[in-house]
Amino acid sequence: MNDLLEVDGIQTVFRTERGEVTSVDGVSFRLKAGETLGIVGESGCGKSVTSLSIMRLLGKNGSIRRGEIRLNGRSITGLAESAMRQIRGSEVSMIFQDPMTSLNPVFTIGSQLIESISLHLKLKNKEARLHAIDMLRKVGISRPEEIMDEYPHKLSGGMRQRVMIAIALSCKPKLLIADEPTTALDVTIQAQILDLMKKLREETGTAIMLITHDLGVVAEMADRVIVMYAGQIVEEADVFTLFDKPLHPYTTGLMGSIPHLDADEEETLASIPGTVPPLQQMPSGCRFHTRCPLAGEKCMSESPPLLELAEGHYVRCWAAQGHMELSPTESSSMELSLPQTKGAMT
Amino acid sequence: MLTYIARRLLIFIPVLLGITVINFIIVNMAPGNPVDMYIDPNMSPDIIEAKKEALGLNDPILIQYLKWLGTLLTGDLGYSMSSYAPVAQLVGERIMPTVTLGLAALVLALLIAIPLGILSALKQNTKIDYLVTGLSFIGTSIPNFFLGLALIYIFAVNLGVLPTGGMQKLGGDGGMWDRIAHMILPAIVLATAIAGRKVRYVRASMLDVLKQDYLRTARSKGVHEFWVTNKHALRNALLPVITVVGLEIPLLLGGAIITEQIFQWPGIGQLTLQSMMSRDYPTIMALNLIAAIAVLGANLLTDILYSAADPRIKVS
Repeated sequence: MNDLLEVDGIQTVFRTERGEVTSVDGVSFRLKAGETLGIVGESGCGKSVTSLSIMRLLGKNGSIRRGEIRLNGRSITGLAESAMRQIRGSEVSMIFQDPMTSLNPVFTIGSQLIESISLHLKLKNKEARLHAIDMLRKVGISRPEEIMDEYPHKLSGGMRQRVMIAIALSCKPKLLIADEPTTALDVTIQAQILDLMKKLREETGTAIMLITHDLGVVAEMADRVIVMYAGQIVEEADVFTLFDKPLHPYTTGLMGSIPHLDADEEETLASIPGTVPPLQQMPSGCRFHTRCPLAGEKCMSESPPLLELAEGHYVRCWAAQGHMELSPTESSSMELSLPQTKGAMT
Repeated sequence: MLTYIARRLLIFIPVLLGITVINFIIVNMAPGNPVDMYIDPNMSPDIIEAKKEALGLNDPILIQYLKWLGTLLTGDLGYSMSSYAPVAQLVGERIMPTVTLGLAALVLALLIAIPLGILSALKQNTKIDYLVTGLSFIGTSIPNFFLGLALIYIFAVNLGVLPTGGMQKLGGDGGMWDRIAHMILPAIVLATAIAGRKVRYVRASMLDVLKQDYLRTARSKGVHEFWVTNKHALRNALLPVITVVGLEIPLLLGGAIITEQIFQWPGIGQLTLQSMMSRDYPTIMALNLIAAIAVLGANLLTDILYSAADPRIKVS
């Protein structure tokens, strides 16, 4: 099967008052039609910027400096803004983290739905309205005719996210990017929204790129998972392999920080020490070495490549790639060389 | 909605009563009286006294107020103490010129302020932004008597393309274009100050809205950036602007005293100045009453417009 989305080594940079910062650095992945890809990582790791790069909604200061994004084999990185507008909302659409602020407060639900329907499907007013009502019914909103004429403030958070999903799916996109779609919702509503997304995925065959920091959501939804850290992919695997045999110490750390009901009462919840380094001050070598329990000297100086260690399982870690036993030898050889230098000096 | 308006209108009555009491006292506290202002100083004191007595100026202030209120309640604004014409007629002649000029100035000001405010916000911290905010500062701080005289000097005296003042050419009806030509300069003077103040509001409000998530949603639907700005953002950004525009209305209806004086515009502002100079108590009181009604009416209008424009706000 052909790949729906191919992201090839993109580097996204933002101009700021203190110079240029690289937010996403050399990210590549592929997404097949109908597949669900989870992208996980802490805040600021570049997962949202990756998705906004695909939509090319990076604002005035952001741009894709390197790399290519192909949709159905067609490169969209160099497309003009007008051609990108054709893609946004029709071929690729997006739902966002906070449904409370994602809908325009002064327009009715109906007009916000009809806006993209008439823009992309070129339907007449009446047909567009019927299609909009149909979409609201599909996302599980009862009384859709009445909700059409309501304003967003009358709806609850879960209802608004359903409306957002209805808007996003109204033009039958091939790819839905869901950026933390359940983070701002109550737990019970979270489950409902995830169920809805699963149901609609089966009905429409839309591929989903699910961005989240919640590994539980990933386990529930995704076929394949990408773990991002500080603007780079550090591990990629199918969902079972990743939860079964995580190879990167960051992934292991993320899993260790999930609380379990059956855990020992005495046991403290593991956490990854420190925070994601600021974009302006990326550490040299492996970007994770400042927080990594396995870090050796090689990690501080050399940046590890992303290698395929098992089929479909990529990891960016010297230790996992079996280079760590090298470091003691290296350091001992350095010690050996020291007296020689001293001798040469005296 | 209707009961809300009715309730607000009922509240107007005690407020207006209070305002007239305070105004009456203040106006009477000013030194001099209508008789002193207009009577020949060679006239015998007896006659002056008789005149004061006839106008009721020797009564205690409370009695004077109650008499005035009594005639007001019969729908009569009284007679001018300087020209003896009915006050209702004096004021009636002046209202339309002021309303016309005020509306023209307000529309012109918004036509300048809204696009410039949007532009300034979209180009935040660029040369264009600094230019617009600089112009708005000049517009706000330039005195209107100076701007008025400067415009008269340039356009009426030197270029001779526009009249120096008045509402139409002497001696007759020059048609609509003649009236518009007379209105251009005073409207520009009034609009400059209003636009200067409003540009800042539109800019600040737009900057706030431009950060909102729902604009990202609109962009992700493939909406053209022009409509993202001028439909999705502008509709939200104009909500707080309604309030500050509402506050301008009573200022304009109360009469732009200095501007009307410079351009000899026969409006409320000019009448206010004349009646104060001659201590024409009934006319001053009528003008005060109109100003008070304008303030209350504009506030009510603002609230109604706001609830119509913002679905989240319902008056009740």
